Amino acid sequence: MNPSIRRRVLLPLVRAGAVAAGLTAAFAPGAAFAGKVFVTNERDHTMTVIDSDSLKTLETVKTGRRPRGLTASPDGKLIYVCASDDNRVEVYDSSTYKMLRTLPSGPDPELFVLHPSGNPLYIANEDDALVTIVDTDTGKVQGEIPVGVEPEGMGISPDGKVLVNTSETTSMAHFIDTSTKQIVENVLVDSRPRYAEFTPDGKTVWVSAEVGGTVSVIDIAGHQVVKRLTFQIPGVTEDAIQPVGIRITKDGSTAFVALGPANRVAVVDTKTYEVKKYLLVGQRVWQLAFSPDEKTLYSSNGNSNDISVIDVASEKVTKSVTTGRSPWGVVAVP
Amino acid sequence: MEFPFGVIRQFPANPPWWNNIVTLPPDDDGVAGAALGITDNNTTGRFVKQDYKIVGEELVPNDEDPMPAFNRLLEAGAKYIVAAVPADALLKMADAVKDKGVILFNASATDDRLRQADCRSDILHTAPSRAMLTDALAQYLVTKRWGKWLLLTGRHPDDKLYADAVKRSAKKFGAKIVEEKTWDFGPDARETGNNVIPVFTQSSAYDVIVIADELGEFGPLIGYRSWDARPTAGTAGLIATTWSVTVTGWGAEQIQNRFFRQSKRGMRPLDFQMWLAMRTIGETAARTRSNDPKALRDYIFGPRFELAGFKGGSFSYRPWDNQLRQPIVLTTAEALVAASPQEGFLHQTNPLDTIGFDKPESQCRFPGQ
Repeated sequence: MNPSIRRRVLLPLVRAGAVAAGLTAAFAPGAAFAGKVFVTNERDHTMTVIDSDSLKTLETVKTGRRPRGLTASPDGKLIYVCASDDNRVEVYDSSTYKMLRTLPSGPDPELFVLHPSGNPLYIANEDDALVTIVDTDTGKVQGEIPVGVEPEGMGISPDGKVLVNTSETTSMAHFIDTSTKQIVENVLVDSRPRYAEFTPDGKTVWVSAEVGGTVSVIDIAGHQVVKRLTFQIPGVTEDAIQPVGIRITKDGSTAFVALGPANRVAVVDTKTYEVKKYLLVGQRVWQLAFSPDEKTLYSSNGNSNDISVIDVASEKVTKSVTTGRSPWGVVAVP
Repeated sequence: MEFPFGVIRQFPANPPWWNNIVTLPPDDDGVAGAALGITDNNTTGRFVKQDYKIVGEELVPNDEDPMPAFNRLLEAGAKYIVAAVPADALLKMADAVKDKGVILFNASATDDRLRQADCRSDILHTAPSRAMLTDALAQYLVTKRWGKWLLLTGRHPDDKLYADAVKRSAKKFGAKIVEEKTWDFGPDARETGNNVIPVFTQSSAYDVIVIADELGEFGPLIGYRSWDARPTAGTAGLIATTWSVTVTGWGAEQIQNRFFRQSKRGMRPLDFQMWLAMRTIGETAARTRSNDPKALRDYIFGPRFELAGFKGGSFSYRPWDNQLRQPIVLTTAEALVAASPQEGFLHQTNPLDTIGFDKPESQCRFPGQ
């Protein structure tokens, strides 16, 4: 082996080892794992790439207009971006940041979810009351499913069989069978539902309602709302509590809920449904993303133009990192 | 399950110079918002087997009695009627449907008396009261520490009512009206404005010119012609209203786009207020799964009712006067300036009740209360 190549390969390992050896509390989060965090900047039409180790900006990538929803392929090699005003999904290489191709998305794509296998992509077309299904390999539209007014939130069960779309003005979670591409049930939730996240056991889906100020936990088998979570923060008016993004840890024990203009992320015990803590983050927090090792959580803060870095184990905000204007989506890859 | 709606609209008389494409209201003002509301309700309705339709739409000329048209709506079977008519006509309509199981929406009349002494339990107001508009403006001006106002009032009775609301808001939020002047230069001062307005706006020192001119006869002419270099606000300049094409935050871009695709023009306040009336029934019916007016009313005034209206937070109806609570936007033609309630105006239950008539100030007494 060429010695210079070997050195390059070894270097990250050596660095990781060195940090692990001199482990300090301040450096612990994410340090053992140098990945990348991608953030879409809605008003800059760009995507910021941040090194998860140094938290330095590696690159600012020009995207289509009004980039919002953002996700990564299961292997972390591809980054999918909803370019809402260009009516397409853009696919980027996560190491070169080059746009590889675009996918048809239907009008005004806002959020989407990838099938756990990496294909297809289910896209919510906010202006058109549709969910569009796109084959990520061929770029062909496989189907369109009419849903409620202003579809946004998209969640898929771990086995890929159940897709949940939320429609903001209709205030419903639409349960879609991914094999038949048909709606099987519509569950009313509180006003303006924005996000759907399955628990890792696939038994429930959590749906946030921005105007309602609540999160509904819906049982998948019976399509019943089994719990409506509410949030109270001293000194913050009820109106400012507007839940949006949700993430649940792989062990299913803890949920994190972004609370919009309340500038907080709620930490929820999924067994008791109790809010354990409110973490103060940047302004108007939209979405959340775990690092691949789940040690770190990132929040995109739309009004303060930054992301907050949260240490999952200690449930503490450790840092904030400047992004472009109006950061909306966030995803972290190895 | 069917939801038959009626829509009725009667405009005030056009001022003589409403003949240019900027100021002339579109033919479908308001009713286009109702149409979008029906579409939105049906998108939701098809999932719960609810069918919303407009069974009658009446556009009444301003010099005609709107009651025959209203009766036609009732005969067509309308159970939910969205009206944009003057206050007196609205009261007649409310009396006509008393105890008939009809829900009547006031989508245009801003008269404070409809929320006070002349309130009716059969009317739900999606139109703001003048008090809401002027309170919203006052909160902002006071926040800016622009506390001294020159009040210019138009020659119509409605302008005097707006001016009364301005005076009430000034008192409520601690602003001072240094002088009130009544516009008396006719309905069209475009040619003479440069001569009369500088003199007309001379007064002791003030921060802002507040204009009470609901038809827009002279208000738009005041800016840049006043004696002192002062901004204009009220019905011209910085306008207090429920909706404007400049509202794009809070997810509003979606409804703005949806409306534009439907009607090929921007959404106006009356469109929005009619849309809100439609959505009030749509939202409530989806949750109650009922078209019984009593069940709908109970839900609307219950603790779970919340209407999403693209201005942040949820809207609801004040049970003491049936007024829809909603933020009021302060905007110029091209840019949004602010939305009230302003931060820092506190309220023990709902900050939206800092604008308009709060419960303790309400003179409305519904029967049985």
